[in-house]
Amino acid sequence: MNYSSFEIWLIIVLLGIGTFFLRYSFLGMLGRRPLPDWALRYLRYTPVAVLPGLVAPLVLWPQATGGAFDAPRLIAACVTVLIGLVTRNTLAAIVGGLMALYLGLYLLG
Amino acid sequence: MSETSSIRRAYWRGFRGGLPFLLVIVPFGLMFGVAGTEAGLNLAEVMGFSILVIAGASQFTAVQLMTDNAPVIAVLATSLAVNLRMAMYSASLAPHLGAAPTGVRALIAYFMVDQSYTLAAQEYEKRPDQSLAEKIAYYAGACTPICPQWYFSTWLGAVLGRAIPPEFALDFAVPITFLAMLAPIMRTLAHIAAAFVSILVALLLAFLPAGTGLLIAAVLAMMTGAQVEIWMNGRRA
Repeated sequence: MNYSSFEIWLIIVLLGIGTFFLRYSFLGMLGRRPLPDWALRYLRYTPVAVLPGLVAPLVLWPQATGGAFDAPRLIAACVTVLIGLVTRNTLAAIVGGLMALYLGLYLLG
Repeated sequence: MSETSSIRRAYWRGFRGGLPFLLVIVPFGLMFGVAGTEAGLNLAEVMGFSILVIAGASQFTAVQLMTDNAPVIAVLATSLAVNLRMAMYSASLAPHLGAAPTGVRALIAYFMVDQSYTLAAQEYEKRPDQSLAEKIAYYAGACTPICPQWYFSTWLGAVLGRAIPPEFALDFAVPITFLAMLAPIMRTLAHIAAAFVSILVALLLAFLPAGTGLLIAAVLAMMTGAQVEIWMNGRRA
C-alpha cells in the first residue's frame, strides 16, 4: 500500500462522513416520504452488485501467490459459497471455508 | 405497568434480539483487524475505520482496494456504493423513528448496521403501536451487544494479527468473509443474475486501473438485478 498517512485518513474520514449521511438521509433530512419503487429496486442490489466483482479476481488470481492460480484457495472459495447457500449461515460458511483452505494447503500446498 | 418499566422491557427485548449476532460480529471484527494490519494500516487507522465508518463490508472493500493502490476517489466511490443500502434502511425506519429529537436520530443513524436495522424493522412491524420511547429503547438495546463489540474485536484482531504467521494464509480471510456474507443474500434469480454480471464484468475489465472496472461492473449488475426483478414480477402478474 503506497498511501501517505494523510491520504489514509482522508479515506477513513470521508468514508465515515459519507456513510453517516447515507444512514441519516431519510431519517434526518428528507422527511417521511417513502423512497420511490425504482430507487428501492436499485438499492436492493448494491451488495450483490459490488461484492462478487470485488472477490472474483481475488479468488482466481490470489495476491499471496503473486496472482498465480492456486487450487486450495479456489476450493476454499467454492466450499464457502456452498456452505453459505445450503446453511444460509455466514459464520458456518466462514468456518467451513477456512477449514477447507487449511486442509487444501496441507494436502496440496 | 408504568411507562419506565415498559421502556426498560423494550430495551432488554432488543438486547436479547441482538445477542446472537455476537457470533457474527466478533469473528468479522477480528478478521477486519487482521486484514487491515496485513494490508499495512497501523492500529489507529484500523480503529479509525471501525469507529468512524462502522460498516464491515465497506471497510473490507476499502482495505482491499487500498492493497491494490487504487486511486483515493475509486476507493471512496466503491466503498460508499457498498453502503447505498443504508439509505434504504434509513427510509424504512423513518416512519417509526423520524419524530425523535435530532441528536437521537443522529445516534440512530450512526449505529445503523445490517443487524440493528433488521431487528428494528422486524420489531416495529410486529409491534407497531409502541411509543416512540419504546421504539428507541428497543433500537438501543439491539445495538448494545453489537456495536461496541465491533470496536473491541477489531482492536483484538489488529493486535493479534501481527503475531499470526503467514502459514495461516490470512490473505484469504477477506475473500472468504465476503463469500460467506454473500451466499445467504442470494435470495432470488435477480440477486443471482446481478452477482453473475458483477463477476463477469469485473474479470473482463480487470486490466483497467484498480477499482475502475469494479465500479462499472457494479453499475451494470445493479441494472441487471433491477431489470430481472421487473421481468420476474411481470411473469408472476
